[in-house]
Amino acid sequence: MGIKDRLSGNEATAMAMKSMNMDVMAAFPITPSTEIPEQFSQYVANGLTDTVFVPVESEHSAMSACIGSQAAGARSCTATSSNGLALMHEMLHIASAMRLPITMACITRAITGPINIHNDHSDAMSSRDCGWIQIHAEDVQEAYDNYIMSVRIAEHKKVLLPVMICQDGFITSHAVENVELLEEEDIRSFVGFYEPDYYLLNPELKVAMGPYDPPTYLMEHKRQQAEAMIDSLDVIKEIYDEFGKLTGRYYDLIETYKIEDAERIIILLGSSAGTAKIVVDELRSKGEKVGIIKIRSYRPFPGKLIREALKSPKVVAVLDKAEGLSSIGGPVYSDVCAALNGNAGFKIVNYIYGIGGRDVRTDDIHEVFADLQDDIDGKESKAKTAANYRYLALRE
Amino acid sequence: MRQLGDGINAKVTWKEITLAGIVTDGGKSKDFETGDWRNSKPVWLAENCKQCLICTAFCPDSSIPVKDKKRVDFEYKHCKGCGICEKVCPFNAIEMKGEEE
Repeated sequence: MGIKDRLSGNEATAMAMKSMNMDVMAAFPITPSTEIPEQFSQYVANGLTDTVFVPVESEHSAMSACIGSQAAGARSCTATSSNGLALMHEMLHIASAMRLPITMACITRAITGPINIHNDHSDAMSSRDCGWIQIHAEDVQEAYDNYIMSVRIAEHKKVLLPVMICQDGFITSHAVENVELLEEEDIRSFVGFYEPDYYLLNPELKVAMGPYDPPTYLMEHKRQQAEAMIDSLDVIKEIYDEFGKLTGRYYDLIETYKIEDAERIIILLGSSAGTAKIVVDELRSKGEKVGIIKIRSYRPFPGKLIREALKSPKVVAVLDKAEGLSSIGGPVYSDVCAALNGNAGFKIVNYIYGIGGRDVRTDDIHEVFADLQDDIDGKESKAKTAANYRYLALRE
Repeated sequence: MRQLGDGINAKVTWKEITLAGIVTDGGKSKDFETGDWRNSKPVWLAENCKQCLICTAFCPDSSIPVKDKKRVDFEYKHCKGCGICEKVCPFNAIEMKGEEE
């Protein structure tokens, strides 16, 4: 029943949106996500979907249009990158606070200053506190599968939160890979018909959405949003399992690779996980006990799963493809440390890597594992930055 | 999901509050006394009033009730003290006073 094809991440995403026959797509082009609305608008023009395509004049408008149409009762989507995501920032908070299950393809790219169009995670990480579920893909297949599952996760009655489906700009978005697509009818029966309980165009039950929330109510509403994010941990797994039964491709909120007896573990997300797995295989063939944990769901943050996966490593490195500029390390590092609640019992170090499209090679991952061995052996780290807050492939 | 409409008041817990503050039905403003923003309030000088009812037409809220074709005293629950009624009254029958007076 699967259809073998070869597509780039952007093409696969546009294909997923088409197969689901989204009601509305509102988008503004920005590298490297431009191909998604470009390809999707061709599907619309060729009559392959019933979607209303809204070519807006900015990303702020794209998200505003999605909010309006989703509130009206239409399944809405968009795609963006980098500064486009930054321009949406205000509306991202409003979408999640209004509990609108919008889905968005985020093709990760460095946020400009200085100007750069290449991949890192500074755009997604800058949006981590917006109340959006954020799922990262390693490759094209995951990007495609994640998008289809995200609609179900977003619209689940216990969740009702927007979802950002991230893949690495250029690396995944433009690389053509072999993928297995689903039959359109299977996708449509998997996502089903969008039937919200409350929507503006319902003549039977008239509602007002997004009213003023004085100090008497906002805190209660934020707590309610927080509960939805907590509940989404279980809902995501539930939808993943259902998707697994349909496709044979089973996912979890994290993916572990050869960590059972690992003394040195790297935690990371996105396309670099594939590079790291090759290094793990190379080192394992020499008898070295190394492994990786790939975070697929960054929001909600699967702290419990990570805690349980880190059984007895001697040292752990968290790789951040965004410089949080916090003076104590990157955002994923902070989250992992929070998940371990200060009771790790092993050393955790942070590497800032791949900024602005800096290539991440197997040699770089080898260097991290070598550093971690130095940490175990008590040798002084070669890293010039603070002991636990390091840079990878930086010219010193 | 719980039917909305009764879930917003100052005592409702986060578990019971309406999802995203969605408002169902009309007339919900009756439940919210928004007059507490006011720092000055209009006072009706009934002896000057000719019952022309211009003030009732100009009041942006519902703070000048009319009974039997005559205005009665101000209803302050929703009055923000904007002072429009005082400005439009041709007979000096409305005077703005500080909330403390």
